[in-house]
Amino acid sequence: MFKTTIKFLSIRRITTILSIVLMILSGLSLVTRGLNPGIDFTGGFQIEVSFQEAPEIQQVRLDLSTSGFDDAIVQNSGSATDLMIRTAPREGVDSRKVGNQIIEAVSQSSNNVELLSSEYVSAQVGEELTEQGGLAMIFALIMIMIYIVFRFQWKFSIGAVLALIHDVLITLGIFSFFQITFDLAVLAAILAVVGYSLNDTIVIFDRIRENFRSMRRTETLEVLNASITQTISRTIITSSTTLMVLLALYFMGGQSLSGFSVALIIGVLIGTYSSIFVASTSVFYLDISTTDLLPSKREEVDDGMP
Amino acid sequence: MNQYPFWKNAMVIIVILLGTLFALPNFYGEDPALIISKESGLVFNEAELKDVEDFLLSRESNFTSVTNKNGDLLIRFANVEGQIDASDRLRSYLGRFSTVALTFAPRMPGWIQQLDLNQMSLGLDLRGGVYFKFEVDLDAAIQQRLDQYITDINKSLIDQRIRRSIRKEGNSLRVELVNPEDYNQARRSVREIDNLLEVTNASSGSQTVMVVSMTDEQLKQRRDFAIQQNILTMRNRVNELGVAEPIVQRQGLDRIVVQLPGVQDPTQAERILGATATLEFRLVCENENAFEAEEKGRAPIGCDLFKDRSGNPVLLKKKAIVTGNQLIDASQSFSQGRPAVSIRLDSKGSKSMLETTKKNLNKPMAVLFVQQRQETIEEDGDFFNRSVLDKEVINIATIRGVFSSQFEITGLTVFEAKDLAILLRAGALAAPIFKIEEKTVGPSLGQDNIDKGFAAIVAGLIAIIIFMILYYKGFGLIANIGLVVNLTLIVALLSLLQASLTLPGIAGIVLTVGMAVDANVLIFERIREELRNGNSPQASIAAGYQKAFGTIADANITTLIAALVLFTFGTGPIKGFAVTLSLGILTSLFTAIIASRAVVNFFYGNKTIEKLRI
Repeated sequence: MFKTTIKFLSIRRITTILSIVLMILSGLSLVTRGLNPGIDFTGGFQIEVSFQEAPEIQQVRLDLSTSGFDDAIVQNSGSATDLMIRTAPREGVDSRKVGNQIIEAVSQSSNNVELLSSEYVSAQVGEELTEQGGLAMIFALIMIMIYIVFRFQWKFSIGAVLALIHDVLITLGIFSFFQITFDLAVLAAILAVVGYSLNDTIVIFDRIRENFRSMRRTETLEVLNASITQTISRTIITSSTTLMVLLALYFMGGQSLSGFSVALIIGVLIGTYSSIFVASTSVFYLDISTTDLLPSKREEVDDGMP
Repeated sequence: MNQYPFWKNAMVIIVILLGTLFALPNFYGEDPALIISKESGLVFNEAELKDVEDFLLSRESNFTSVTNKNGDLLIRFANVEGQIDASDRLRSYLGRFSTVALTFAPRMPGWIQQLDLNQMSLGLDLRGGVYFKFEVDLDAAIQQRLDQYITDINKSLIDQRIRRSIRKEGNSLRVELVNPEDYNQARRSVREIDNLLEVTNASSGSQTVMVVSMTDEQLKQRRDFAIQQNILTMRNRVNELGVAEPIVQRQGLDRIVVQLPGVQDPTQAERILGATATLEFRLVCENENAFEAEEKGRAPIGCDLFKDRSGNPVLLKKKAIVTGNQLIDASQSFSQGRPAVSIRLDSKGSKSMLETTKKNLNKPMAVLFVQQRQETIEEDGDFFNRSVLDKEVINIATIRGVFSSQFEITGLTVFEAKDLAILLRAGALAAPIFKIEEKTVGPSLGQDNIDKGFAAIVAGLIAIIIFMILYYKGFGLIANIGLVVNLTLIVALLSLLQASLTLPGIAGIVLTVGMAVDANVLIFERIREELRNGNSPQASIAAGYQKAFGTIADANITTLIAALVLFTFGTGPIKGFAVTLSLGILTSLFTAIIASRAVVNFFYGNKTIEKLRI
């Protein structure tokens, strides 16, 4: 598609600064604002109700606080007639009664209320999940690093993991900045972002490895640029098709999947950027060279498929 | 060039045919239905079937058919409203000896049913229902066992006239002996009760102390027993609820997950699952003043202080005549127009009741309603659950005659009587349980989720199909065939494995659809590159597939690692997502590399091609 090599890495200073600034801002937002965790992580009650006619949210809040739920979070979910109500775990209350109490409270002054879904998570389960989620993330990163060291080389491994940390941190940063609810589905999405972004990075790395072997006398920067150029149309096409389905999921998949789709949309965009600029720039700064990639003892066997 | 050996072509065709066959049941959809079964495992006959049919006809129910399925009745409905409406009517019509369960019946034609193929099983978020996760209080199970040991040891030592005092210390018992010379004999009797118990001498100075503790093995056994017993009991109780395809399973060390598809009232379900209600019978301490005891906050020796339903203090004898585990049946009845419960006792309980009533004619006897309640407490900002045993006096009546195994009591509400009856029929929980998670999804939301998920898949699929044809022309069509085959294979695998499909699972499928073309894109881009480098079309095809393979493998294995980590660490929804994502990666490897190549070979293999349109 592109006959001449595009000098992607000539703007590496700008992209590096941009990435670092974004990561610092994300970190700052995570520290100061924090995430807006769903009840999967905090524990508590979450109830989705559908009203016959669109309710006044202000009135619903008032009804709830007069019934003792002054900490309840009320927001629209999906349509104007559907509401999502969330409240923290509470002391000395029989957990099996809270759901009914909330429904009673919101139906005081309003029209017909239908229960769509209700959820209760104890604080203890929430804590475990937070722990598990963090562990899963770390464990996934370690496993992936090991695989890349084994299949490629340690410099690539570091490049790939830096790109992943970059993607996850910035996606989390955006969730924190806009205070989008961070629930289990979003956590799954972020791990899928890890998988996706890695996919992209590996494709470019694969080409870099191949080119280092075939373009022996070329300068490192030239090899990197050539590799990115050769794979760029694939990168764009795959990102586009993935974004297409994610947009379909966001617009048609309903409220329950919106957080999930948003996380993946952000993640795919950042992941595409990072595999070009973060991963490749990192291996450049790590001073990758032909000697790192010469087939060691045995000649790399071309996996004769099919 | 570019030709597959026969076996490879045959394999591709067989896999696709099998995949289509396994996926087929899902295209027929489901009817809302009811399953009616007789409690004792008896079967329905033709006359009874006709009777039910007539009943439904007379109530103008919009059912579509009534059939006999392995002795149970399967009634199909046109919609969920009709199903729910009829279930209520049938429950009251058929009475307590039949269970009416809500379910969905697949609409497959006969020949598929005969092959015993299944539809994908839908998760609760798609079909509606209640999900509970309970934690079993294993510590309480251990403490109960220790209490039992105390009773046994006390009894044995009393028989041998050994003076002692016993109290619990963590997971062991501290037995203090008054006479040091009793030590060996006491030790022997403890070993007689249970020779696995560890007995150590902890005497110091003038005190003779024996520490009796359970071994780690015993503790583990006791915990496992408690969980197994609880699962068994909860299964029995779920059956009382009348739910089709319920799931009750252990999760991890001390958790039990219960899934009740179709159930809409979590409160009722939880009350029945967690019912701990039982009864205890005691004599009243007649010559003591209960109000005085309440003021002092201390009960006189031999008595315990309780309250009755109006909050008045009552003093009862410490020793129970009959405790909960001696009750074997309870059924609701009416006594002089008030709800009553008839009680049946086991032989031990009957004997004790007979002796007591004989000796204490015209004296008052109290019935205690015993119930475990869960309470959330806060400690240093953390929330904990604990179970509290509530004992409440529901009734004090004068013993008018001698009775033993069967009698009636009053003072219970209808709900309490029902709970008690269920508990006695389905068995008691071996250890208290706490609800730590609950999810309820209404049926309308479930259907909504299915519709939306399906719409998203179709929309995404169409967008990609158009894009691929515009961009890669003929080869795009081949990638699209691969995409459709890929979807079919995922559905086939899900139906085959019967892994339940959840909303995040659908998201996983959508994501796979987006990423599945990646392998083809990699291959096609390679082919284009080879063509640009001046290679012949045939050579370009071969080189394109060959060179892209390593990249595709690397890229997919790393994604698979992420998916497997999700599967290992995740619970519930995350697992569902990981399953479809992993399956999707595997099937897309097959379709993109092997199947698409077969099609390419079929069209281009062994032919002279002037120009490749790609």
